[in-house]
Amino acid sequence: MLVAGIDIGGKNVHVILMKDGTILAKGAAPTGINKTEATEQLYDKVLQQAGLRLEDIECVVATGSSGRRVSFAQGVIPEAAADARAVVQLIPSARTIIDVGAEEGRAIKINSEGKVLDFAINEKCAAGTGTFVDTMARALEITMEEMAEASLKSTESIPMNAQCAVFGESEVVSLIHAKTPKHDIARAVHDAIAGRVGSVARIVGLENDVVMIGGVARNTGFVESLKRELATDVIIPNEPDFVGALGAAAAAEAGVVEEKVEARVVERQDYDESSN
Amino acid sequence: MAEEVKEFWRWPESHWTNLDIDWKQGKIITSGVDVGSVSTQAVIMVDGELFAFSSTRTGSDSPDSALKGLDIALEVTGMTADNIDYCIGTGYGRVNVPMAQQTITEIACHARGANFVYGPAVRTVMDMGGQDCKAIRCDERGKVIKFMMNDKCAAGTGRGMEVFADLIGVPVWEIGPRSFQVEKEPAMISSTCVVFAKSEVVGLLEEGKPENDIIAAYCAAMAHRIVELLNRLEIEKEFAITGGIAKNEGVVKRLENETGVKTMEKVWYNPEYNSRNYPFDTQIIGALGAALFAMALLERGRVESARKA
Repeated sequence: MLVAGIDIGGKNVHVILMKDGTILAKGAAPTGINKTEATEQLYDKVLQQAGLRLEDIECVVATGSSGRRVSFAQGVIPEAAADARAVVQLIPSARTIIDVGAEEGRAIKINSEGKVLDFAINEKCAAGTGTFVDTMARALEITMEEMAEASLKSTESIPMNAQCAVFGESEVVSLIHAKTPKHDIARAVHDAIAGRVGSVARIVGLENDVVMIGGVARNTGFVESLKRELATDVIIPNEPDFVGALGAAAAAEAGVVEEKVEARVVERQDYDESSN
Repeated sequence: MAEEVKEFWRWPESHWTNLDIDWKQGKIITSGVDVGSVSTQAVIMVDGELFAFSSTRTGSDSPDSALKGLDIALEVTGMTADNIDYCIGTGYGRVNVPMAQQTITEIACHARGANFVYGPAVRTVMDMGGQDCKAIRCDERGKVIKFMMNDKCAAGTGRGMEVFADLIGVPVWEIGPRSFQVEKEPAMISSTCVVFAKSEVVGLLEEGKPENDIIAAYCAAMAHRIVELLNRLEIEKEFAITGGIAKNEGVVKRLENETGVKTMEKVWYNPEYNSRNYPFDTQIIGALGAALFAMALLERGRVESARKA
């Protein structure tokens, strides 16, 4: 059976073509402004790569925050469901999934069958998402890759006061002005996001094994910070950013074009109350 | 020829001197310096009357910003820092006010200042600052009863508005007026987070949405964010606003519409100040409160004058 899984996130779109459980072709591209157009172009490209035509694909399932934009999909499933489906195939011992993308961070508790037991998400605040790293990398004038490497070299942990990405940027600039070594700043940034992601993870409760996926899982510096924050090992599958698309493809193969999961949406806790 | 505006967030700095007062005849001269994360204000009072003030941008060095602010307020007055009896530092950078004898929180100072500026009827003060936002409940003497504050998230703060002004390329002081130049009030920007709102705004611009509609949508979102904070405190009348965002009618009007409570008119409680056309500036209210505290402390003999000349 020939199927496709498409994951449209905040920043990138991922496509996987699968035949009887084997990946035939895959591709990724930035979503840009027009997500629908970017998705269609990428889908065509991946089909060509596999030497297939549009009509060869029997079932297309989409996922991701803009999954509904795939007009040619037979169904759209929630990211948490797609993540769970794929992760349990890749790492059967996984019980907690941490998925950090460009614009959201989620923690999913699953059972051995890949069923979502509990699920919490932060999608309202850039702190605790990939966008936070991007913003700080820009302030530091280094790439994400350089930032990851730099942070691994850091020997000193500097706490960041700012939670907000906007305030964090000013804080990073002040740290640069104060001649703080870039690698220590990079670690401070990763520690800060790890703290936010950790608090989302603790809502569902951590159970080993912990698997991290999503684009931010490619950031080795962040992964180290997360391990420290959670005080446990974190397993990263190969190509962690393709996991959502893989789950969508797996759902298509199983003939699942609809799924529901209950989310616990994380509200910002940014008010201080006081009286005197 | 007008200079090209490149930094759209750059709000105008200002200073003013009261020519009705001969400070040399004054008994007690006090000052309040409010070093905020974005702006710094210095206010000088002579015998409890407003004498001079300045409002400038906070630089990367807080002590320097405080000194510069006071210098600008002192300009043309013939007064020097040595003539000041007592100075109180306030604001986020209050510990970095070198000439201050004492510090008091900006929450207390805004309540005290609003009491002087708007009058004793004020019960709720909304201070909409550069990097934070505070809803303060106070009594008829301007004493703080309770407050709620957001200083963790840029949404609903002046910084958020500056980021937006830069993004859309409209000077920050034009945002308010332009937000009313719309045929129909648009739906507000749905992202709370400033970073996500930026992407949303870029998307709307790409779609060809009229600029003024986007400005209105952003002002509405900002007002909504502030209302969320106010709702946790519950507004008690009279309701007064302070800080830089208080100057943005686009946000203020929408805040009034959403809460159904009018903010107090931006005029002095003291009718003489109005008839003499003293400038009404919502940004100086914290520094003014600090200068008033200094005055009260000296009058009650709680502190000694630190005057050097």
